[in-house]
Amino acid sequence: MPIITYRQALNNTLGEELARDENVLLMGEEIGLFQGSYRITEGLLETFGPRRVVDTPIAEEGFVGLAIGAAMLGLRPVVEIMTINFVLVAIDQVVNHASKIHYMFGGQVRVPLVIRTPSGGTGQLGATHSQSFENWFAYCPGLKVVAPATPYDAKGLLRAAIRDDDPVIFIESLALYDTKGEVPDNDDYVVPIGLAEVKRPGTDVTVISYSRMTAVALQVAQRLEQEGISVEVVDLRSLRPLDRPTIIRSVKKTNRAVVIAEDWYSYGMTAEIAATIQEEAFDDLDAPVQRVAGLEVPLPYAKDLSAISKPSANSLIHAIRTVLEGKR
Amino acid sequence: MTKAAEAARAAVEREDGGTLRRYYHQMLLLRRFEERVSEMYVKAKIGGYCHLNLGEEASIVGLMDALTPDDYIFTNYREHGYILARGVEPGPIMAELFGKETGVSGGRGGSMHLFDAKAHFMGGYAIVGGQVPLAVGAAYALKYQGKPGVVVAQMGDATTNIGAFYESLNLAKLWKLPILFFIVNNGYGMGTSVEHGSSEPNLYKKGGSFRIHGERIDGTNVLAVRDAVRRLRQKAEEEGEPAILDMTSFRFRGHSVIDADRYRDADAVRRGRETFDPVRKFAAILRDTGIVEDAFLKETAELVDRMVQDAIDFANNSPEPKFEDMYTHMYATPVPNTPDAQDAIRAVKINRGE
Repeated sequence: MPIITYRQALNNTLGEELARDENVLLMGEEIGLFQGSYRITEGLLETFGPRRVVDTPIAEEGFVGLAIGAAMLGLRPVVEIMTINFVLVAIDQVVNHASKIHYMFGGQVRVPLVIRTPSGGTGQLGATHSQSFENWFAYCPGLKVVAPATPYDAKGLLRAAIRDDDPVIFIESLALYDTKGEVPDNDDYVVPIGLAEVKRPGTDVTVISYSRMTAVALQVAQRLEQEGISVEVVDLRSLRPLDRPTIIRSVKKTNRAVVIAEDWYSYGMTAEIAATIQEEAFDDLDAPVQRVAGLEVPLPYAKDLSAISKPSANSLIHAIRTVLEGKR
Repeated sequence: MTKAAEAARAAVEREDGGTLRRYYHQMLLLRRFEERVSEMYVKAKIGGYCHLNLGEEASIVGLMDALTPDDYIFTNYREHGYILARGVEPGPIMAELFGKETGVSGGRGGSMHLFDAKAHFMGGYAIVGGQVPLAVGAAYALKYQGKPGVVVAQMGDATTNIGAFYESLNLAKLWKLPILFFIVNNGYGMGTSVEHGSSEPNLYKKGGSFRIHGERIDGTNVLAVRDAVRRLRQKAEEEGEPAILDMTSFRFRGHSVIDADRYRDADAVRRGRETFDPVRKFAAILRDTGIVEDAFLKETAELVDRMVQDAIDFANNSPEPKFEDMYTHMYATPVPNTPDAQDAIRAVKINRGE
């Protein structure tokens, strides 16, 4: 199977979907002439022209709203928001409009819209360019939120998202764009929205994660295997709907759970997962659930301060050792 | 007689009698519908927030008559009259206000969220300004797909102070989209007057920085409204030239049914209602020009009263949405791990202590 980067997987999928369906179009800032801030849309303007690959002015509320309205009349816009921090400027359109239009109007109109955006932060991007807000959208009924961790899932979930008739928030990560993985050629597979996957089976502890933190969890699992610790990694892939049965099945098997996400600790993604586990697998737990998340500060710029504000492989290992204490 | 009154009278005399009678019938239907809605609200048949189109009948009927079935309409939350004048039956509209399954939005929307896909009535929206980018997007889709028609983005005067409005103007003109920005300028955004909230109170000038043409139109004159919309609609459709229509009218009551309107001078409001009542003005001019007689006005009133009473009866006799349908319209494309009818029924039992 060919090995390609996460970026190539996204780029190929966008190109294939543009070719497949005339109603699919891409919109966003700097996605055409500039080739995309992170080169996800590279080459697509040349191939498909300015009707299908639309450079927008800096007006997130305006063009996100425009994309929703266009979707209501049958187009299938795929909007790129340069980073998730900028979605806040358009949050009224996403939360008060995209998520509600199908339900609130009694199912009369669909909003087949995808908003692609990288979340989280690396590389000293500072307080306003490093945030994780996927939980804001996962909180909101009516949206679907996916966050693939591998090139294979990036491709399969992006296909699913573009072909889905509901608004889908597609969470990417700057740190994943250059990661590589196997992706089949000439295979029209989709990864279904709403299903988690056990990315690595194990017996001692379950680590639940998504997006970049799944990549971290897989590295940690490999490292700890050499110490004889068997880590099962559950990759959520979808944050809404959340695949609670897969989480619970895994925790009932390993009896110990660590949840890791890049966002802030309080009210963040890890809280929801931990709450789910105590509700549905309390009697199966041999230790309290451990949560690993970002430090609760506006992300500082200084290199070392910045680095320790986000969870690392070491913070995950620390949490795994804590949850395993007393077992071995 | 003033010049404007003379011109209005001359315009009426040029018009076909059947058309004029139809406009009067529609305007009176809107008037009576809203008066009875107010009554139903007080009787607690209608919940939530409820905003009436009283005093705006001419601008609504004039607008709708100038549109074609290809056109799409997005409005704010003060929209009962728009969906009525678009030709949707009064019964399902009233049923929506009553929160019934037979309502135009299946009882999921309410007064502020009326919708009818077949009529291209694309919804009432309750976040000020939220509907404007959506309407621009619909115009974008029409252009993209090479379809005929234009889109109307209806909004109140105070919406012209929000950012979404300006981003929408920019995108509409930049991409030459077939859209009309239809501003219902009744002088007040809740309790804030236009002069108090807009550094440029001439709202039709607000497209200036975007090279968008704007006009102020007497929103109490149905023929003036219709003619302006027809003319600007054609430019929008054929040339991709958006326009701003600044429709002046007088708000008859408070912002919503429950607003006591204490911030306006009571005498001025009474005088305003007398001066600017589009229905009464239209009836007077039709009678003065001999186009209709008192008998027609009386018959129309009776007919409209019956229609609205039928709508109320329909709403009263309609069933509530079923509990098991709580999640029915949650997603258009079904996905795993979402709640279903069983979950809804369980929640009902727990919530009701059964």
